[in-house]
Amino acid sequence: MPLIDTNEITKIYQLGDISVKALCAVSFSIENGEFIAIMGPSGSGKSTFMNILGCLDKPTSGRYLLEGTDVGSLGRDELAAIRNKKIGFVFQGFNLLSRTSALENVELPMLYNGVTAKERRQMAMSALKSVGLEGREHHYPNQLSGGQQQRVAVARALVNNAPIILADEPTGNLDTKTSAEIMGLFTKLNAESNITIILITHEPDIAEYSKRIIKFRDGCIVTDEANKKIRVKDND
Amino acid sequence: MINIPSTLKISLRALRVNKMRSALTMLGIVIGVGAVIAMLAVGEGASQKIADQIASIGSNLLIILPGSTSSGGVRMGSGTQTTLTMGDTDAILRECPAVADVAPEHGGVAQIVYGNQNWSTGIRGTTPNMLNVREWQLSSGRPFTGQEVKSGAKVCLLGQIVVDNLFGDIDPTGQVVRIKKVPFIVIGVLAPKGQSLTGQDQDDTIFVPITAAQKQLFGTQFPGMVRLIHVKAKSAEDLDAAEKQITELLRQRHRIGSKQENDFTVRNLTQLMQTQEESSKVMALLLGAIASVSLIVGGIGIMNIMLVSVTERTREIGIRMAVGARTWDIRLQFIIEALTLSLIGGVIGIIIGVGGSKILSAFAEWPTIISPFYVVLAFCFSGLVGIFFGFYPAYKASLLDPIDALRFE
Repeated sequence: MPLIDTNEITKIYQLGDISVKALCAVSFSIENGEFIAIMGPSGSGKSTFMNILGCLDKPTSGRYLLEGTDVGSLGRDELAAIRNKKIGFVFQGFNLLSRTSALENVELPMLYNGVTAKERRQMAMSALKSVGLEGREHHYPNQLSGGQQQRVAVARALVNNAPIILADEPTGNLDTKTSAEIMGLFTKLNAESNITIILITHEPDIAEYSKRIIKFRDGCIVTDEANKKIRVKDND
Repeated sequence: MINIPSTLKISLRALRVNKMRSALTMLGIVIGVGAVIAMLAVGEGASQKIADQIASIGSNLLIILPGSTSSGGVRMGSGTQTTLTMGDTDAILRECPAVADVAPEHGGVAQIVYGNQNWSTGIRGTTPNMLNVREWQLSSGRPFTGQEVKSGAKVCLLGQIVVDNLFGDIDPTGQVVRIKKVPFIVIGVLAPKGQSLTGQDQDDTIFVPITAAQKQLFGTQFPGMVRLIHVKAKSAEDLDAAEKQITELLRQRHRIGSKQENDFTVRNLTQLMQTQEESSKVMALLLGAIASVSLIVGGIGIMNIMLVSVTERTREIGIRMAVGARTWDIRLQFIIEALTLSLIGGVIGIIIGVGGSKILSAFAEWPTIISPFYVVLAFCFSGLVGIFFGFYPAYKASLLDPIDALRFE
């Protein structure tokens, strides 16, 4: 059974009298442990697709099975529970809570699944350690560099042991060197912890870290092929 | 499975971030709760004062006054006619089933002398029943006996004011005082009662046996004449029945024809005061209701600020939703925030309300009573206001679309 299986997913936005087709019958599947880059120009539907994969949005038609569960039939709170347990998000703008320490930011997903305060602390500490932020647990986001903030976000995505990380242009706000560090982190997580990583990017450099590249145009998948020359490390 | 301690922590932090705003929002509730408590304390104090006065004149009390005389069409005031007798007194006790006890009164104002001190006060000739009818205790000594009334013994009970003015520190019991130059032995002192509703000091009085007052001190136009009769009904419910029975009995005894007017008046003092007490209670509730309007205005302030806060924190809400916060996680977060604001405001309001009413009673000399029930009520009401006015912003927050919320700048 594939981890993610979509069957003819369409998404139509209704803007007044005009209906905009953001996705047209997208069907594909992702196995456990894949590392996928989704590419495409702005407005190609990749973000819409990502939102649907992330259970933040529902398709207008079509079927989306996540670990065999039909996500389309679930309610708001059930989708929230799936996001909590199965999916970790990493955003371009980091999306950390300001005035909240790194540690507490990482603890955030566990506030919503009944983990005790003590366990929360332990798990958040070890997640921060695994992204190399040991000793910065009590720093606030504005005291951390962009790369460090993104690591906190990655730790937050990891902390619930979610099998999938969805990264929406995770390196969009970072310089080349820091981008390489973050991509290295993803590669490591994919290889060592067998976490499925799906990332959206504009940059071919970044896409090269993945094992499979899917290209979108006008709401449709145009190419879906394995990456022949995977970049393991930054060629410095 | 909602994590209350963490939600509480999140809410408290959010409130700390905007200290000034939180404080100003709270102020509405503080003023509302403070006003409710102070108003109710003042109202409660006023009705308690009246209730005390009712207790001090004796409960379930009726007073029978003689009617007015008229000579040549000029009617004199109530009590100028002398129609009540000892016989009436005995008959009322005997024949009116709703009456518990009766005491006649005959007397007037006279000078009383002890040693080189003198004082003028109301002398009341009465029977020992008076103490029961007016619920008057003795602070020392003994009441006069039925035998002493019969024989017209020259004994007296002094009110506290009289004792203070004539005796100072000396124990008056057993001393001889002269009333209108007639020597009387002091056999007891009446317990202090304080002012009556009309501001008269009830302790400025002397009780003597009615026979002594009639024969030795003030005289009578006919034997057995009394100036007024105090009646104690069996219960508050019996007051009306007692009034009716007495009226009927006295009309018979005084041979008043069906078309003639009464030559006496029955006054229901207790009822009069109870009416006053009730109206002061209504007044207190009215004041409380007006004050609670300000509490509601405070609640609207909370709602306003919470709505602003929800808008400001749209992105935060989006992040929380993305990592798995459910509808009620978000709702509770904002409801607890509003509740915390209103409850802290409530506690401060209670302190200010209690303090304010203490100051009011100290400086304005208004009696205030802070009933714990009202304090608890005001606190709960402030909590309710928080939940009520916090719900809509929380509801709005929980319905945000996570994608839109995440994109919100």
